[in-house]
Amino acid sequence: MRAPVRIKTLTIDGKEVSAKEGETIWQVARENGIDIPTLCYLEGLSPVGACRLCLVEVKGANRLLPACVTQVEEGMEVTTNSERLVNYRRMILELLFSERNHTCSVCVVNGHCELQRLAQRLGVTHVRFPYRYPDLPVDASHERFAIDHNRCILCTRCVRVCDEIEGAHVWDVMGRGIKSQIIADLNQPWGTSDVCTSCGKCVHVCPTGAIFEKGKAVAEMEKRRQFLPYLTIMRGGKQ
Amino acid sequence: MSQRKMRLATVWLDGCSGCHMSFLDMDERLIELAEKVELVYSPFVDAKDFPQDVDITLVEGSVSTEEDLHKIRLIRDRTKILVAFGDCAVTGNVPAMRNRFRLKDIMERVYSQNSTHKNDPPVDGIPALLPKVRPIHEIVKVDVFLPGCPPKAEAIYFVLKELIEGRIPDTSQLSRFGA
Repeated sequence: MRAPVRIKTLTIDGKEVSAKEGETIWQVARENGIDIPTLCYLEGLSPVGACRLCLVEVKGANRLLPACVTQVEEGMEVTTNSERLVNYRRMILELLFSERNHTCSVCVVNGHCELQRLAQRLGVTHVRFPYRYPDLPVDASHERFAIDHNRCILCTRCVRVCDEIEGAHVWDVMGRGIKSQIIADLNQPWGTSDVCTSCGKCVHVCPTGAIFEKGKAVAEMEKRRQFLPYLTIMRGGKQ
Repeated sequence: MSQRKMRLATVWLDGCSGCHMSFLDMDERLIELAEKVELVYSPFVDAKDFPQDVDITLVEGSVSTEEDLHKIRLIRDRTKILVAFGDCAVTGNVPAMRNRFRLKDIMERVYSQNSTHKNDPPVDGIPALLPKVRPIHEIVKVDVFLPGCPPKAEAIYFVLKELIEGRIPDTSQLSRFGA
């Protein structure tokens, strides 16, 4: 006999909601029409809590909690949109912009970028931190796609979709902290990877213009994600 | 008696003049603005020196040379409300794409490797490039940020209208980086 589904009740932004045990705050908020910002979480991929944009306040907790990896509990009181949270989210976005070379005006996804869109939604009109201008490579060795590390925010969606959905695990992360970088296989040119199936899933889950199709000019690249829920269902919801 | 006209200046530092083109795209609204402001300094007018007591200055472009550095400080001193006008002023944008390279390497690339005449980089009569291109708020205090590459004419019009009425506009929903 299947175990009965346990229901939790809690409040999000003062609204009483019910959720299945094991659901995360992000999922329950979404089901109730509350959109918590994120750049690393994508439905269908395992959550990692990397970008910290979904941090929320939970009454009684002595720190902010990432909504995408925090499971709901009975009686929780969650705040998703306080002034403090908006301030932190703006700072996170500004730090992302200052960390690498994001030049929206000449980017292949200008107008279709999650980072750009979120910056506008949260009212980021300028970056208060000094820009770092690192010297980062562009790897265009793949026949159809390219990766520009200048535009990468290390959300690791590409790593997860390649591992969890495509099953190829071409992508991974090397280095620590500010020196972290996405690598293909054992840090080799993407085009030389034996295991890459050229499926393009990493291209389309990437929230910025870091991974893109060749042959697209400024603002011409749009990401298509329709495949992801379908493939996740076909895999029986397993990750 | 008519109200004293506000003194408006527009400045072109290291940018492509696209923001100024977008300014001109305000079309017939320029006539309406001309009744409320006096354009005291701009690439559009003939004034040679940046005047005193300017109410509003729109600054297009990043700070890339010794001259830009000198100008932006002078402008700040003489302006009540300084507007970072467009992405180059706000973020560094395209001019700042050289920042990942050393200035010496860029000069060598442009004047030696990529050149037919193999002349030395010019030193007389032009301002020296700064080692790094900077958005203007890293040098002086900026009062209003208007991102966009370029900001739309509607956004520029809204900002100027609000400033003329004595309000500081919220630009966040008007425009965005790369717009």
